[in-house]
Amino acid sequence: MVAGNGMVGHKLVERLLDRDATTDWDIVVFGEEHRPAYDRVGLSSLFSGTTVEELSLVAPGAYDGIELHLGDPIASIDRDAARAVSAGGRIVTYDALVLATGSVPVVPPIPGHDQPGCFVYRTIDDLDAIRAYADGRRVGAVVGGGLLGLEAANALRNLGLVTHVVEFAPRLMPVQVDEGGAAALRTLIEELGVSVHTSMQTTEIVTDADGHVAAMRFEEGDDLDVDLVVFSAGIRPRDELARGCGLEVGERGGVVVDERCRTSDPLIYAIGECALAAGRVWGLVAPGYDMARVAADGIVGGDATFTGGDLSTKLKLMGVDVASFGDAFAATPGAETITYSDAVTRVYKRLVVGDGGKKVLGGVFVGDASAYQVLVQMARGDMPTPDDPARLIFPDVEGNAPLAIGVDAISPTATICSCNNVTKAAICSAIAECGLTEMGGVKTATRAGTGCGGCVPLATELLKDELRKAGVEVRNDLCEHFAYSRQELFDIVRVHRIVSFSELLASHGQGRGCEICKPAVASMLASMGGGYILDGEQATLQDTNDHFLANLQRDGSYSVVPRVPGGEITPDQLIAIGQAAKEFGLYTKITGGQRIDLFGARVDQLPGIWARLIDAGMESGHAYGKALRTVKSCVGQTWCRFGVQDSTSLAIQIELRYRGLRAPHKLKSAVSGCTRECAEAQSKDFGVIATEQGWNLYVCGNGGMRPQHAVLLASDLSSDLLIRYIDRFLMFYIRTADRLERTATWFDKLEGGIDYLRSVIIDDTLGIAAELEAEMERHVATYECEWKATIDDPERVRRFRSFINDERPDPTIVKLPERAQHRPAYPHEKPTPVEVLQ
Amino acid sequence: MSVIERVTTWIEVCAFDDLVPDRGVCALVGPYQVALFRTSPDDALYALSNYDPFSGACVLSRGIVGSKGDTPKVASPIFKQNFDLTSGRCLDDPAVEVMAFPARVVDGRVVVGVP
Repeated sequence: MVAGNGMVGHKLVERLLDRDATTDWDIVVFGEEHRPAYDRVGLSSLFSGTTVEELSLVAPGAYDGIELHLGDPIASIDRDAARAVSAGGRIVTYDALVLATGSVPVVPPIPGHDQPGCFVYRTIDDLDAIRAYADGRRVGAVVGGGLLGLEAANALRNLGLVTHVVEFAPRLMPVQVDEGGAAALRTLIEELGVSVHTSMQTTEIVTDADGHVAAMRFEEGDDLDVDLVVFSAGIRPRDELARGCGLEVGERGGVVVDERCRTSDPLIYAIGECALAAGRVWGLVAPGYDMARVAADGIVGGDATFTGGDLSTKLKLMGVDVASFGDAFAATPGAETITYSDAVTRVYKRLVVGDGGKKVLGGVFVGDASAYQVLVQMARGDMPTPDDPARLIFPDVEGNAPLAIGVDAISPTATICSCNNVTKAAICSAIAECGLTEMGGVKTATRAGTGCGGCVPLATELLKDELRKAGVEVRNDLCEHFAYSRQELFDIVRVHRIVSFSELLASHGQGRGCEICKPAVASMLASMGGGYILDGEQATLQDTNDHFLANLQRDGSYSVVPRVPGGEITPDQLIAIGQAAKEFGLYTKITGGQRIDLFGARVDQLPGIWARLIDAGMESGHAYGKALRTVKSCVGQTWCRFGVQDSTSLAIQIELRYRGLRAPHKLKSAVSGCTRECAEAQSKDFGVIATEQGWNLYVCGNGGMRPQHAVLLASDLSSDLLIRYIDRFLMFYIRTADRLERTATWFDKLEGGIDYLRSVIIDDTLGIAAELEAEMERHVATYECEWKATIDDPERVRRFRSFINDERPDPTIVKLPERAQHRPAYPHEKPTPVEVLQ
Repeated sequence: MSVIERVTTWIEVCAFDDLVPDRGVCALVGPYQVALFRTSPDDALYALSNYDPFSGACVLSRGIVGSKGDTPKVASPIFKQNFDLTSGRCLDDPAVEVMAFPARVVDGRVVVGVP
């Protein structure tokens, strides 16, 4: 028999079901509320759109075979007869009884505390009552600035009330957070419009003539006019049942239990917030769940124990990250603290270390809890502590790169596939449970990667990592046609001076190739100075984007992006782009990379469009290739009051040097003219920021799907040295990265991290710097605009037609007007291809 | 079954030598957009509907040609699903297939059969 169907009581039932307890036991559950168990932690989300159904923890059918009585709490227990009676008069004789009755909020017995307008914050019914009362009222206050109090304040705020928090202690969250963290938290919360009053003791709730709440009175200071008050000043265990039947209870409440969660009566267990376990009442759900596991184990004959819980907390309060773990207050003898506090970005982090900094003991985070997961692992000893753990809480500044962290460090709850909302945990458990070894299987089992496909590289990395951890030998084969990784193939091509795909396939592969290995090999051949990418056999290796030198869109049309080096464009070029767009009926849009994209071109239109653009002095922007895209820039010292170098000129120089360079994935760059970083260079594969003395070079940043800050490679470089370092960096990446691996991912996997990269690029420890520079020189010397080379040659223009046996354009490309331009029709908006032709 | 079994008309399309090995082209054959593929090194000829059922666009002729095991295939350039060149069957989703047309070379000319 289970008394209570809250989160912990429900977890106990789940644990019993996991252990097949229903074969030997009849399970009877009594709950006081009228609803089956729900997620009490997420209660405040009910006021921001979450439904009651979404909060439920009990799936339909989950309690099949279990007797569940809701709205009928247990009223008394007769231990001699091993029998309990419910409020509704149901009598059950038990062989084992679990008390999971939870707790009630403490309401201080001050005058007015029970008048209309006073509430507690514990159940869905409480929230319904608050919502009903708040309608048409303006101001709400919460008594208690702890974790639950702030949750309640969030709920009031979501109801549109002017919200106050009144805390007796001198700071918010006094149990979890230290003074500095509380100060940061207070600033953040006040910025959200919540007024915080600390060191204030409420002495009375003042009511109006009708007896409704009108104001709060304090020991110190003036009255505060409020329409409703929510008490959230701590909890008291629900131990009345235990007291009534003579079980041992603690001095300040709570049913005393032993390590196996048994009360002073061996047939009766107590778990969750009603229990006094390991010397205290545990007011968090995680230790409660742990007790549920221990009690369920004891019932089915095991001997699991609960000797203390983890009080680590990480939560989002009103969108603000707050976390604390371990010895957050540095109570351990010899403990020392490292504090990072940024008043501008409102971030506070405190790390408590022992053993002269070699051991992580605890910590507090406000505003940015990204390092929490890793540090908790270190504190528990589940993960080795690095030499200098303080680096984990400090941001990336010069000479202090963040520790390289691979997929392993991604949180299990992180969404990998946003199209189908698949988390890392879901993918990992599918891999383990179904014994998956290929990405195809992962797609089928989880649907990850079946939407836009953008997450496939990350999911594949995850798969490999999981297999590696499971001890499965992971072959990094490119595909079924080559039993080599991209890096190995690259070396083979380079060392054996292989110049064609068929030669490589004959000597080192099998089958006919596929859409994976063909473009990958084409890219390698191109980055080794292969010349025009569409001659002879090379043409058959290219993705359609490279084949038609344009970007395929969903309806089969293409988009065109001319190069705009550094984002600098003349009025005449703008006019030429506009004229081409008008003439060919193209949709135009400014890109994120300071260029202009022209959409909706049919293949037969591409050469004509490019003839116009080339006439106006423009060239291919390689938006279609796994190649250098754009080098974004600000105007720098040429115009800007703050600029310290000519960032635009450098951006143009860089873009022209590396244009057309084929790489494992696209490459983006930027140059900022001062530390204000308007060009966002730190989010690029390589970025440059001007200093008074020269240039700082940042590498391996990324925007997009998994944003990552770039890492400082070298500072105060002259322009010449900067270019040489970029030459070496890019060629080293091209040589060693996997297919479709951006520099950020490549860097995360690089053993030795930034120190190793510096040793290769700056100190030339591998002795390849000259070779890398020579390879880049060869690229620069052989560069030609692919579009110019195409339209200059009638033979090459021939493939730009819709049909091999008909001059007509493709009639299935249909456009519809939208906002003074037009968009491609969706399939349901146009006839089928056969209907069109008929 | 999507392979055309009852051919009513054979239509001449182009010279076999107009086809670039391992690179598709699209031809208009009666009311059909047909993707033609000449594979290497065997110089075999295949003809599928050009219509990609996953995207609703006529693009299969622009996919990369290759093999999966012994099966010759083309990968849609839009979302990369693979189609068996001999049958039109989708190799990634057995519930999906596209029309496969009979095609042959007569006196150096490509001829496609349509229903």
